[in-house]
Amino acid sequence: MITEIIIAALLAIGGTFGLVGSYGLVKLPDLMTRLHAPTKASTLGVGGVLLASMADAALRQGTVSWHELLVTLFLFLTAPITANFIAKAHIARAMPREPLPPTGTARDWATLDLSDEPVMPQLTPPGRPGRPS
Amino acid sequence: MLRKLLPHPGLTLLLILTWLMLVNEFKWGSLVFGAMLGVALPLLTAPFWPDRPLIKNWLLAAEFVAIVLYDIAKSNITVALIVLFRPRAKLQPAWVTVPLDLQTPEAITVLAGTITMTPGTVTADISADGRALLVHCLDGADPDAVRDDIKARYESRLKRIFE
Repeated sequence: MITEIIIAALLAIGGTFGLVGSYGLVKLPDLMTRLHAPTKASTLGVGGVLLASMADAALRQGTVSWHELLVTLFLFLTAPITANFIAKAHIARAMPREPLPPTGTARDWATLDLSDEPVMPQLTPPGRPGRPS
Repeated sequence: MLRKLLPHPGLTLLLILTWLMLVNEFKWGSLVFGAMLGVALPLLTAPFWPDRPLIKNWLLAAEFVAIVLYDIAKSNITVALIVLFRPRAKLQPAWVTVPLDLQTPEAITVLAGTITMTPGTVTADISADGRALLVHCLDGADPDAVRDDIKARYESRLKRIFE
């Protein structure tokens, strides 16, 4: 009984945050603000469902399930990279330069930098170009 | 010889663990297959990993993970409240430049990912020389405070973990 209440509560929490994340996609005004909704609100949404799944395996079936931990790990690895690439595509294709602040360093933001110098020179071994020409 | 066969022992161990978790129960056959993957994959991807990532302080790394998990939970609630109750016109999205003290690419990557997962901020780009991050704030009434918070809460810890 108590275990079922715990699992149901986790599912409800997860569902609520998932719903709010999706609603944020509709409500927020432009691409950059919309990017915030799925990268965050949905983390706890998916997290709640995964915790419910682990609790179900552990408390009701008496087994330990590792898949949920892996799903969490993969989500934490992929969500920031996806967000980063959507933002970079947006900067490259759909945005004027003005709203972006200056870098405060010698070179422009990597997406806008059109020089032939390699991006992050300390990463590029000598003799190998930093980007495809 | 051993160093050539196992260029990244940490990665090998991680791959074996990941495989066992994917199988979801312990079987000796899975362990053997996991070990084969653990040897083959680092060898095949060696050109992508010129150096071994160095974590100098595992205790601090564990503390960092705990802080980030707590911040992620908090940020979910913050963002959910903004989405639900803040009228569109009152949102103040802002761009912030975060100058970097970190040098190693692993540390910068972890910092960028952490910023994206935590309260109201998304990493959008890095400067071409790798000395600054471009961050977008969902509600950036005070961009300087956001920048100082990122540097104090995450970057200083990562600097002690990686460098």
